[in-house]
Amino acid sequence: MLFEAIALSDAEWQAIILSLKIAGSAVGWILVPGVAVAWLLARQDFRGKALLDGLLHLPLVLPPVVVGYLLLLSLGRHGWLGQWLYQGFGLSLPFTWQGAAVAGGVMAFPLLVRAVRLSLEAVDPKLEAAAGTLGANRWRVLFTITLPLAVPGLLTGTVLAFARALSEFGATITFASNIPGETRTLPLALYTLIQTPGREAAAARLCVLSIVIAMLSLMASEWLARRARQRLQERDR
Amino acid sequence: MSGNAHHSTPGEIHAPAGTALECRLRKRLGTFDLDIALTVPASGVTALFGESGSGKTSLLRLIAGLDRPDGGYVRLGERMLSDTQQKIHVPIHRRQLGIVFQEARLFPHYRVRGNLTYGMPRSGRARFDDLVTLLGIGHLLERLPGALSGGEARRVAIGRALLTQPRLLLLDEPLTGLDGERKRELLSYLVRLTREIDLPVLYVSHDTAEIAAIADHLALIEQGRLTAHGQLDELMMRLDLTERLGGFDAATRLRAQVVDHDHAYALTQVVLDDGQTLRIPALDQHPGTPIRLRVGVRDVALAHAMPEGTSYRNGLAAVIDAIEPSTQEPSANEVRLMVGRQRLRARLTRQACDEMQLAVGRPIVALIRSVAFDSRF
Repeated sequence: MLFEAIALSDAEWQAIILSLKIAGSAVGWILVPGVAVAWLLARQDFRGKALLDGLLHLPLVLPPVVVGYLLLLSLGRHGWLGQWLYQGFGLSLPFTWQGAAVAGGVMAFPLLVRAVRLSLEAVDPKLEAAAGTLGANRWRVLFTITLPLAVPGLLTGTVLAFARALSEFGATITFASNIPGETRTLPLALYTLIQTPGREAAAARLCVLSIVIAMLSLMASEWLARRARQRLQERDR
Repeated sequence: MSGNAHHSTPGEIHAPAGTALECRLRKRLGTFDLDIALTVPASGVTALFGESGSGKTSLLRLIAGLDRPDGGYVRLGERMLSDTQQKIHVPIHRRQLGIVFQEARLFPHYRVRGNLTYGMPRSGRARFDDLVTLLGIGHLLERLPGALSGGEARRVAIGRALLTQPRLLLLDEPLTGLDGERKRELLSYLVRLTREIDLPVLYVSHDTAEIAAIADHLALIEQGRLTAHGQLDELMMRLDLTERLGGFDAATRLRAQVVDHDHAYALTQVVLDDGQTLRIPALDQHPGTPIRLRVGVRDVALAHAMPEGTSYRNGLAAVIDAIEPSTQEPSANEVRLMVGRQRLRARLTRQACDEMQLAVGRPIVALIRSVAFDSRF
């Protein structure tokens, strides 16, 4: 009886799996550009750096609905980018789970960049110079020295971004709508239940589920980051 | 292959094999102005010597390609590394220079073995074991750099630089920040290493004792300019440089070869190139090993004949080459001696010189106490 009460319904499973898939894809597509932008901001000086930095932080301070609307304008089938994607590749993002991943990724991007940038800035440039004197070119320095030493920050940034994408609501519902099985993630499912009279108990279950998933991802990141840091910190002994 | 580096004949400014590195560099850094032309001989250790702030490290950075010069060039062998006129600036990772910085700069996420092999080409594998043995780091290979002492970390950094098979090794004050005992230990490793490897070394330092222990050539840098350049043994004989090269503790060096050891008294007998012998505190070197003895100018006494019943263990037959008033000490003369073809300096009171009626050209016995030799290097 108790088990049956706790067991998740198909709709709940669907929402969870969809949420994880969308958040995972969101982090997947922003990881490389996010690290690249973080590296640019941490290690290079160029014109317009302050502007880029400001633009990056926009999703953090704008209402998510605005971001969703802007995505719709640019990536919609008639948007400047969306038109190109549709005609060139037959891709249409609005009202699809891929679109929800794009929305989540855009919202999570600044968090990822911030965390990664901080950890890249903490890497001693003297070590990078030393690698150069040993014959390593820029790429080898990046992949063997800079990134490995920034792993704790990379992990933190990834988990933060994942959590942010998982909890994304405003931009998702605006850009990708609330389609069951396609774009109805946990927050959207929860919202739908709240809107439905008599579904308070089901809403509460999703609420608890969200908390559990968030806690699990935080704990996982903490554990991974600690393991990575342990190796690096042996130098301080 | 070993030893050649240390057998350059006196009188020659450059080793016969030519020059390893030639540069002429100008750079303005704030109010500081660096303008130096320098050649590094193809063999032996060249010390880049000067006080802190004299521009040694700036020069090293320009040679390494870490900074760009305002004008001038750097040539390594036949290869131009930098030339402002031809707009050449070879990036640091293609310069084939082995650089060891003041801090070891080991990669904290690689074990010692990983650090050592980081820049090692396949063809370097054969040298790995020898070099690890030579540097005494065999037992550290599986450790992470955080678990190394300062001296161990420097040795690993030196090995790492050498395993890239560089054409020139640059050492930027490698002993800085180590305490006395570790400093001596690392220096003795360095001395042994520079004897074994067939590679020109540019050694930045501001410590005269360190340089006397390791260098063959010297480039003296003051306020961004090269003020003296040549064989260290020659420069050590110059009175005008005494102030720079040790002052009160100035010294000269004698080249010798280990003959045998007296274990009972912990003494080692060495022979000079003219056949005269010296007894010095025991050295951990095999018979036949060429060594260099640093003799402080205040550790040499003169006598007309070897005295009887004296504690002096060493009396070298010498000829007085020059007697000049000391720039260091108003009561003293600096006496330059020829011991065979080698030269030696002694600082004596003017009173003693007058009473003994010392004169240029006269034979004399140079007395040196055995315990005055610093055999730790």
